[in-house]
Amino acid sequence: MKAKIIITPKKAVVDPQGITVLKALEHMGHTGIKAVHVGKFLEIELDGTDKEAARTMLNSACHKFLSNPLIEDFRIEIE
Amino acid sequence: MNFSVLQFPASNCDQDAVHAVRLLGHSARLIWHKDAALGDTDVVIVPGGFSYGDYLRCGAIARFSPVMQALKQFADNGGLVLGICNGFQVLTEAGLLPGALIRNRDLQFHCENIFLKTATNDSPFTSQIPAGKILRVPIAHGEGCYFADEATLAKLKANNQILWQYCDAGGNLTDIANPNGALQNIAGICNEKRNVAGLMPHPERACEPLLGSDDGKWIFESIFAALKNKTVAQAA
Repeated sequence: MKAKIIITPKKAVVDPQGITVLKALEHMGHTGIKAVHVGKFLEIELDGTDKEAARTMLNSACHKFLSNPLIEDFRIEIE
Repeated sequence: MNFSVLQFPASNCDQDAVHAVRLLGHSARLIWHKDAALGDTDVVIVPGGFSYGDYLRCGAIARFSPVMQALKQFADNGGLVLGICNGFQVLTEAGLLPGALIRNRDLQFHCENIFLKTATNDSPFTSQIPAGKILRVPIAHGEGCYFADEATLAKLKANNQILWQYCDAGGNLTDIANPNGALQNIAGICNEKRNVAGLMPHPERACEPLLGSDDGKWIFESIFAALKNKTVAQAA
């Protein structure tokens, strides 16, 4: 089993990386981009096949360690 | 008075903190992050650096070190704890101080001298700073932009927990004097009990004229005074 964890800055937190990337994209001539949010991507390889158990475990890990809930949102995808 | 300075892998201001404390006439020793006890300690300094390579988030991994359990207990018992730069980040990640430190708004690492205004003398970390004195101390960080949600910020203000703010030479809290985009120019705060404080600037690097400024000593003098008062109170 493989889990993907996507961590992005909360909308209320200023994301200077996202703003800078957005400006660079506009500078290249790309239009129609509303916003860019730069975050982190973790790929986690797991033993077993119980997706729900894995989700529960990763959810707890994200809350306590992998993300900082004050400044970041996360989402978990298990495949 | 005994200062313990924690040492994580990639701490790099630990020796500076030890040097500053000894220079100012007190004893200091290093405590390895794998130690589970602090020993005979009056104050703990969580020093600057890049603990665990700043992997994942600054301070996120250091807080799982065995010594952090001892530190939490020490803080819960009212012991004085000062986190400097990465130490401030570690204390926020560990939940000992509210808020978080995020990437500087201009994405640059800032290594320069800044000016600090002391927002309150009512703390063990600021009591001896002369009234109106603007401290000139260095900063060296890439992720020092203080962030807290509105409720936390309101609480910090209501409880007088903001200790230092970035200002210009005249003491004005301007946006241009704010090196990293910190909310309300916040450079340092304390917890509600006022025994745990953190700041992004480096007072330990400004304790002797040879280094260009000795303004940082006022923060250490405040800690010495707090401990002296505590000792006198205990003896009485």
